[in-house]
Amino acid sequence: MYNEKVMDHFFNPRNVGELENPDGVGQVGNPVCGDMMRITLRIKDNRIEDIKFRTFGCGAAIATSSMVTELVKGLTLEEALEVSNKQVAESLGGLPPQKLHCSNLAAEAVHAAIQDYYKKQGIDIEIKTEEHEHQEHGH
Amino acid sequence: MSSQPNAQRQVYLDHSATTPVRPEVLAAMLPYFAGKFGNASSVHRWGYAAREAINDAREKVASLIEASPNEIIFTSGGTEADNLAIRGIAHARKSKGNHLITSQIEHHAVLHTFEALQKEGFEVTFVPCDKYGLIDPDDVRRAIRKDTILVSIMHGQNEVGTVEPIKQIGEIAREHGVLFHTDAVQSAGKIPIDVKDMNVDLLTLSSHKIYGPKGVGALYVRRGVRLTPQVTGGAHERMRRAGTENVPGIIGFGEASRLAKAELPEEAERLSKLRDKLIEGLLREIPDVALNGHPVLRLPHNVNVSVKYLEGESILLNLDRMGVAASSGSACTSGSLEPSHVLLAMGLSHETAHGSLRFSLGMSNTEEDVDYVLEILPPIVGKLRAMSPLGPGSGL
Ligand SMILES: Cc1ncc(COP(=O)(O)O)c(C=O)c1O
Ligand code: FES
Repeated sequence: MYNEKVMDHFFNPRNVGELENPDGVGQVGNPVCGDMMRITLRIKDNRIEDIKFRTFGCGAAIATSSMVTELVKGLTLEEALEVSNKQVAESLGGLPPQKLHCSNLAAEAVHAAIQDYYKKQGIDIEIKTEEHEHQEHGH
Repeated sequence: MSSQPNAQRQVYLDHSATTPVRPEVLAAMLPYFAGKFGNASSVHRWGYAAREAINDAREKVASLIEASPNEIIFTSGGTEADNLAIRGIAHARKSKGNHLITSQIEHHAVLHTFEALQKEGFEVTFVPCDKYGLIDPDDVRRAIRKDTILVSIMHGQNEVGTVEPIKQIGEIAREHGVLFHTDAVQSAGKIPIDVKDMNVDLLTLSSHKIYGPKGVGALYVRRGVRLTPQVTGGAHERMRRAGTENVPGIIGFGEASRLAKAELPEEAERLSKLRDKLIEGLLREIPDVALNGHPVLRLPHNVNVSVKYLEGESILLNLDRMGVAASSGSACTSGSLEPSHVLLAMGLSHETAHGSLRFSLGMSNTEEDVDYVLEILPPIVGKLRAMSPLGPGSGL
């Protein structure tokens, strides 16, 4: 069902836990499936210095969480905002089709955490949600 | 799925999904593939041999539920038997009424068949259950109308193991002149069944849950009850189910039924003890675990618990790596984005339903297997809970 890379991230997840006094917190949930992910960030000089996750969900949800933390650690905030859900799934070597919806969570949670950081600085940013299947947004 | 580097033991605890063909059954089947390959309808010795073997198997299957052999129709499995019972009666009795009754916690083979009949124009009442998955016979009584033609309520619930009050429901149906079908796929061979005593008109069986081969099952139809065949094309099974018989499968099913009946009292007691040991151990060893299903009115082989703050698939993957096979009612394992309809009907929250685990015991299981699960599961839960944003310590 899952490939070896997904299983590796599932059984040996990177960056599990919660940072104390984080600079940004992102919590997203997929109400359809009932999964949930929480990301905490430490930001220094506009870069993600440290990142931790907690996830309630299936193997794919946990593996994508772990993968995204690896992908964005050390990136500038602008770079991290460019990391997409699709990229996370691709970095894992692909996910079973019925599990693609869980991979929506991972990048989204990171973006939400960055948004939270900016908000604390008094800056409002807009998050792109073009790949999100479950959300409609109109202007 | 994945390699199992750490698997010290192989513990199969998914017998409600399917069971292995037991050696005696396989031995009984083998001659009917190549040597005794005849078509049971043929007028020659090859045909007679197949016919005789099928007759013998029919007696054994009938005996498992205290029926007569000519009340047994062989089918391709439990799913087809459910379809034949429900569609067959609905279509045969259409002129008598348009209303059908079933429950919210049936297997999909029953539930989806009723939903299909709704699209054909039948009215269907889906009676609820209580928090233990138990159906109240009075709810069935209240649902019966003048135009009700069929009640279908399962015997042993396949996910949570609750044993429904079939005898009382059958009595109510009979009082009202309504036919009564029960899906006994999970209970047959596990607890005694007597179709006459239980007031049942139609009853579904499946071979692969009782150590017989897959792809064969049976529908019991009480003598005198007419139904409309759903598979047409020949005079097989007394005009009620066409198609050249699956002779090896039927022979295997017969042998499996004979053995299940002979071993039932002892095996039921043995499995019940293992079941209770596993349930008690899980509740004792892991915090925030709740039993799903009825504490007493329960199939001997079923254990179902919810592990709070966790999702089932993530536990199953870890169990599989340690050599243990189980199942879950989580949405993430259903392929449909919805957790088990049974757990939701029992009033569980989506979150709790996601964390459900079913262990179904069988012939091969021992006390050591139960000990092994109780040894490896608590650390798995601990590790996953440390990863979960829910629950105590998460600050939510
Ligand atoms: C209660 C119940 N009914 C019907 C079936 C379907 O039987 P089969 O697999 O033989 O089609 C099953 C098996 O999953 C079952 O548990
Ligand atoms: S979290 Fe439910 S399918 Fe992935």
